[in-house]
Amino acid sequence: MSYTISDSTMDDALDAKVPDGPIQEKWDNHRFSIRLVNPANKRKYKIIVIGTGLAGASAAATLGELGYEVQVFTYHDSARRAHSIAAQGGINAAKNYPNDGDSIFRLFYDTVKGGDFRSREANVYRLAQVSNEIIDQATAQGVPFARDYGGLLDNRSFGGAQVSRTFYARGQTGQQLLLGAYQALARQVGSGQVQLHNRIEMLDVVVKEGRAVGVVVRDLITGEITSHSAHAVVLATGGYTNVYFLSTNAMACNVTAAWRAHHKGAYFADPCFTQIHPTCIPASDEHQSKLTLMSESLRNDGRIWVPKDREDARAPNDIPEDDRDYYLERQYPAFGNLVPRDVAARAAMRVIDSERGIGPLENGVYLDFKNSIDRLGEGTIEERYGNLFEMYERITDEDPYSVPMRIYPAPHYTMGGVWVDYNLQTTIPGLYALGEANFSDHGANRLGASALMQGLADGYFVLPYTIGDYLADWLNTEPVPTDDPAFTRAEADIADRTKRFLDIGGTRSVDWFHRELGKIMIEQCGISRSREGLEKALGEIPALEQEFWNDLRVLGDDMSVNQSLERAGRVADFFELAQLMCRDALDREESCGGHFRIEHQTEEGEAKRDDENFSFVSAWEWSGEGEAQHLHKEALAFEYVKPTQRSYK
Amino acid sequence: MDLTLRVWRQAGPKAAGDFKTYHVEDVSRDASFLEMLDQVNEALNAQGEEPIAFDHDCREGICGMCGVMINGTPHGPQRGTATCQLHMRKFSDGDMITVEPWRAAAFPVLRDLVVDRSPFDRIIESGGYITAPTGSAPDANLIPVPKDAVDSAFDAAACIGCGACVAACPNSAANLFTAAKIAHLNLLPQGQAERWNRTVAMVETMEEWFGSCTNHGECETACPQEISIDFIAWMNADYVRAQFKNPSKTGRDNL
Repeated sequence: MSYTISDSTMDDALDAKVPDGPIQEKWDNHRFSIRLVNPANKRKYKIIVIGTGLAGASAAATLGELGYEVQVFTYHDSARRAHSIAAQGGINAAKNYPNDGDSIFRLFYDTVKGGDFRSREANVYRLAQVSNEIIDQATAQGVPFARDYGGLLDNRSFGGAQVSRTFYARGQTGQQLLLGAYQALARQVGSGQVQLHNRIEMLDVVVKEGRAVGVVVRDLITGEITSHSAHAVVLATGGYTNVYFLSTNAMACNVTAAWRAHHKGAYFADPCFTQIHPTCIPASDEHQSKLTLMSESLRNDGRIWVPKDREDARAPNDIPEDDRDYYLERQYPAFGNLVPRDVAARAAMRVIDSERGIGPLENGVYLDFKNSIDRLGEGTIEERYGNLFEMYERITDEDPYSVPMRIYPAPHYTMGGVWVDYNLQTTIPGLYALGEANFSDHGANRLGASALMQGLADGYFVLPYTIGDYLADWLNTEPVPTDDPAFTRAEADIADRTKRFLDIGGTRSVDWFHRELGKIMIEQCGISRSREGLEKALGEIPALEQEFWNDLRVLGDDMSVNQSLERAGRVADFFELAQLMCRDALDREESCGGHFRIEHQTEEGEAKRDDENFSFVSAWEWSGEGEAQHLHKEALAFEYVKPTQRSYK
Repeated sequence: MDLTLRVWRQAGPKAAGDFKTYHVEDVSRDASFLEMLDQVNEALNAQGEEPIAFDHDCREGICGMCGVMINGTPHGPQRGTATCQLHMRKFSDGDMITVEPWRAAAFPVLRDLVVDRSPFDRIIESGGYITAPTGSAPDANLIPVPKDAVDSAFDAAACIGCGACVAACPNSAANLFTAAKIAHLNLLPQGQAERWNRTVAMVETMEEWFGSCTNHGECETACPQEISIDFIAWMNADYVRAQFKNPSKTGRDNL
């Protein structure tokens, strides 16, 4: 280790359970040392999985294949709708098929560095190790990854890496991987091994004698509130980017499952680590409901620029080369347009802040494909990005084959999430968190094409092993019956809360409050943060929250489809989360990855970490209604990737 | 722009529904169709009338959650475009727009514009997968797949499962949906082992729920992914071949 952290600030009680031994052997050793459940006993266990995105569907399918009795819940009408489906660019793996110097260690190294040294080394190494198996698995399922003319798999490069390790399926990689996992899940559902409950939203985790024993859910069609018990509960419920209202996430993405678990004792880790994606379509007006991502893969063939002169009002194609500033290529010659997302987003922000933004609202930068089209032909570009170009044209009414795209940074992903140990278990025994819902692998910034990798790693190859070690203790025990007071109390709480939303009878819609909250969050806890701004937000959010509880208007009843009522519960939880995000951002007096405190930057405006004082995971413990959460710290040790100032120059 | 909407309102699966007329003002040309509905719902909520329920999620045209009949056409007037990606610049100031849920016996209305499309899941569960239990896969480059095959498979696999094909079909047939999944898997080497059983199981499950295809071709026109009706012919051919090639029926090899 290159530095030490004073032990007094760290929390010995927070045991990440990282196995001993050299990093290359940890996962192997761990798989050998943890307990197994023998095949004949697996059917005696019930497991509940919440969410059917990449992590949830892959976990549920795999647990079903192993012989566990699995219950899956999703608020969507079909398991195939989860937001993983919208991931565009690709999935990383250390296959080294292009023979360009990749290895498991390099993928590990790039991911730890890309995360700005705020992730847990052992988890990241394991992620890199299983990455190759994911590609094999998906291919066997029939995922139509791009291939070359010889029929072998093709790769492309992505931000933050100097090798081509990204497998892709046109600009719809998430869709195809999710359909693979969904179909594997459907096979289990068809065979009766897995029971799938659609249009059912999880509203509470039930904890008895310190361990997770089930969930309480609400049927979104009938409003019925029911309890379901199991030996273990798995949350695969995605991230919380919709706290910003305008984001690239689907409209229904929310923090409620994770937040309810937090209330019941699961620590919430690094909430301020959020990712602003540099390439989204700029907002056009006030009524806009969401922002649309343009895959990072476009930066492989597109060049980012703005006019050198801020007064330059010419159409982009009329501006000659000499009058353009290809600012990423200029500032980061080694990585150029393929710098990681946090670096690219901040560079765009600096340009826009210096009043050189382009477009009607002067809120964008150009992403220009002219050079690539001249070099490769329109056909090749269409093959690589055709669906993205079409989507761009539908939204903006401009043709990106002939006019440069306009792009803008927008909230996209959350690295923070429910704290988990090496086994993906939360601080509540028997409760696990997978995929974007947990915090573990991406540190303070996620590299492109790593979210799909992590979701599937957790679901296919990590949880199915680690959960057995917990279940082994409960062999031949029945799940807690759902008439237990732990369940009936939780049901009553949810019924009360639901009724409370309906009874407020105020004047403002849920969306109005959500939008207002989003404005505060993007302004003060978005791409850059300051003490002053965060303190201001911590004054404004509780006031708005108060107003929400006094002036919300939710019409209709709780016994039929009521979409405003669904959203009210989610927005109520966003209010609480938003405050924790701001507190975490305030507490973290450094800049790292996506967390950029303007007080902590280098002379060139890059993030300035403080490894001496902040090389830890912040893990917040719920302290009760109206109380401030208590901070625990998990020390991070870097034995294999020495923390340095990240440089992409 | 200012618009008049005629929207199907129905309180629940068993309730009788009817059209309600709403006037909506100052709609931005750059708004999406669903953002226009958001605007209507804000106004309704303010007036004390329950907002219109409609399914939607990603608003990027990929999740397949959204979809309504717009002036009698699934997903509205723009070819190859899901409702969420349809923008108001495709309409004109003063237009009257009729908005209905998908109409198909297999897709009962749950409320307003929300329908139950779960029979699609039943079709997939019956065979729309390749059996490859986690951990059992060989190296991904072990089996080369001709680029043409994977490209065609992808064209079929692009289906978003929205149900527009069923809504467009005069018979409420789900042949395009089913054919797309069968073609995706049957075109690939990995899908060969289960090819004939898959085809039979999925076609027969489809027929439990949906009407029969009589080659109107409305489905292809309505499909937001512009999936070709050729895949239906392909599915039919595979279904016929499955009758004599299926080893479970003949005891012979399946080549």
